[in-house]
Amino acid sequence: MKKQLLEIAHARSGDKGDTANVGLIALKPEHYPVLVKQVTAARVARHFKGMITGKVERFELPNLQALNFLLHGALDGGGTISLKTDAQGKVFSTALLRMEIEVPR
Amino acid sequence: MSRGIRIAAGQGFWGDWLEAPYRQVTGGPVDYLMMDYLAEVTMSIMQKQKSRDPSLGYAKDFIPLMERILPILAERKIKVTANAGGVNPRACAAAVADTARRLGLRKLKIGVVSGDDLLGRIDGLLARGHALGNLDTGRPLRDVRDRVLSANAYLGAWPIVDALRQGADIVITGRVTDTGLTLAPLIHAFDWHANDWDLMAAGTVAGHIIECGAQASGGNCLVDWQRIPDLANVGYPIVEARADGSFEIVKHARTGGRINVAGVTEQLVYEMGNPRDYITPDCVADFTTIELKQSGKDRVRVSGVKGKPATDKLKVSIAYFYGYKAVGTLVYAWPDALAKAQAADRILRQRLKDLKLDFEAIHTEFVGVDATHGRLAREARESEDVPEVQLRVGVRARSEAPVERFTREIAPLILNGPPSVTGFAGGRPKPEEIVAYWPALIDKQVVKPMVEVVEV
Repeated sequence: MKKQLLEIAHARSGDKGDTANVGLIALKPEHYPVLVKQVTAARVARHFKGMITGKVERFELPNLQALNFLLHGALDGGGTISLKTDAQGKVFSTALLRMEIEVPR
Repeated sequence: MSRGIRIAAGQGFWGDWLEAPYRQVTGGPVDYLMMDYLAEVTMSIMQKQKSRDPSLGYAKDFIPLMERILPILAERKIKVTANAGGVNPRACAAAVADTARRLGLRKLKIGVVSGDDLLGRIDGLLARGHALGNLDTGRPLRDVRDRVLSANAYLGAWPIVDALRQGADIVITGRVTDTGLTLAPLIHAFDWHANDWDLMAAGTVAGHIIECGAQASGGNCLVDWQRIPDLANVGYPIVEARADGSFEIVKHARTGGRINVAGVTEQLVYEMGNPRDYITPDCVADFTTIELKQSGKDRVRVSGVKGKPATDKLKVSIAYFYGYKAVGTLVYAWPDALAKAQAADRILRQRLKDLKLDFEAIHTEFVGVDATHGRLAREARESEDVPEVQLRVGVRARSEAPVERFTREIAPLILNGPPSVTGFAGGRPKPEEIVAYWPALIDKQVVKPMVEVVEV
């Protein structure tokens, strides 16, 4: 069944220059493989299409049941240059949690 | 088993809760108070203050804070590590020494760590082939050389260890890594060796967890956020460490907040790059080896951390003058709030175009609709007649004139644009100077950390 990521994961995001990072963490261990399989770098790049100018990188942290995404070119230059309300990428976390995925019953 | 030590986080950034350090040193037993003051652009602000007054250039609030807690620190034998020294750690230390004398405290030893400031050495370094290229864009520093305002290498834990070994009670540093402020007391207390990379990594992970203060103890935590108890009285995190490199994250009894695996995990992934290579001057920590376990109420055990040898480079944080920006806002009310704000944005942009103003960027957000989640949220709200929308328009340019002219184009919209508009009581927006951040690397061997310890 289709669910929003919000129902099976939580997240925190931050910045490094013009790159936002989103750490996506499974709420329960059984959800981690679902994240690994479905929340791919390509899928996240599609999710944020038009909102970021660079590529998306993904790293796996099975020990924390977490994925770390780097969203390059996400912050209009980042830091002090950026004109965005979210110049430090603090709420890309919940923006990612809007994504819909297929969760096995 | 040797006695453990407790390192308390007191500030997660310059401007963090003023009550936190006081509560940390009075709320229960701790051995060290660790305070992180420096964000990426803080150094340039401090450099500007120092250029106006050579006795400034550090985190000024550190002095009244020390005035408040020095007697407690002396009585309870709590030591302090803080990068409050900014670009002028000696002046910061002198101000703390004055305060101590005024309070009648004797034999206080203040350690000063410097040597991170490279501003006066840039031309020499460039001449000797250190390109200081931008890590993100690859551009050489020569492109912006004449606009550089500050340049500081990130020092690691070892100069702080040096100061502690010389008996320092308070160690005040310039640009030292956030994690080094926590790792140093661990190295000092347990006599860890520099090439014991797993221990260096463990202390680095401990530092990463507490360097943002309450972000590890219930603040800004998404999981079950409505059930996190008593954030008004939030307890900042404390590392309770053992000599084998394992540690627990705890907080004082009778404080609010929450320490659990979910919250600590959120903080671990905060501002992370490649989790296998968390690079500091002291080691390369592998975050994929960290094991977390809830070991009690508000108590998370961290173990298993593996590390790799440090690299031969240091990161350099350079700030340079970039240009100007300004942001103007207006609030539009129901009905058709979003449509009105959108119309106002179109009118404003037409006027800016007709004035032939040269901007590097114009950025529009509709707060209440798309400011935080952009298109992802806008698509859901566009059909809804929301009660109000804030139009927020920002501009950026290399010169001040077009930005200044922009600031005069917001208020007229109140009378000559779409209706039901308010929220302009703050007056005309002000052009702001942009000081931008330029991250670079430098060979470790050319940076010489300096450590002095003076007795009050």
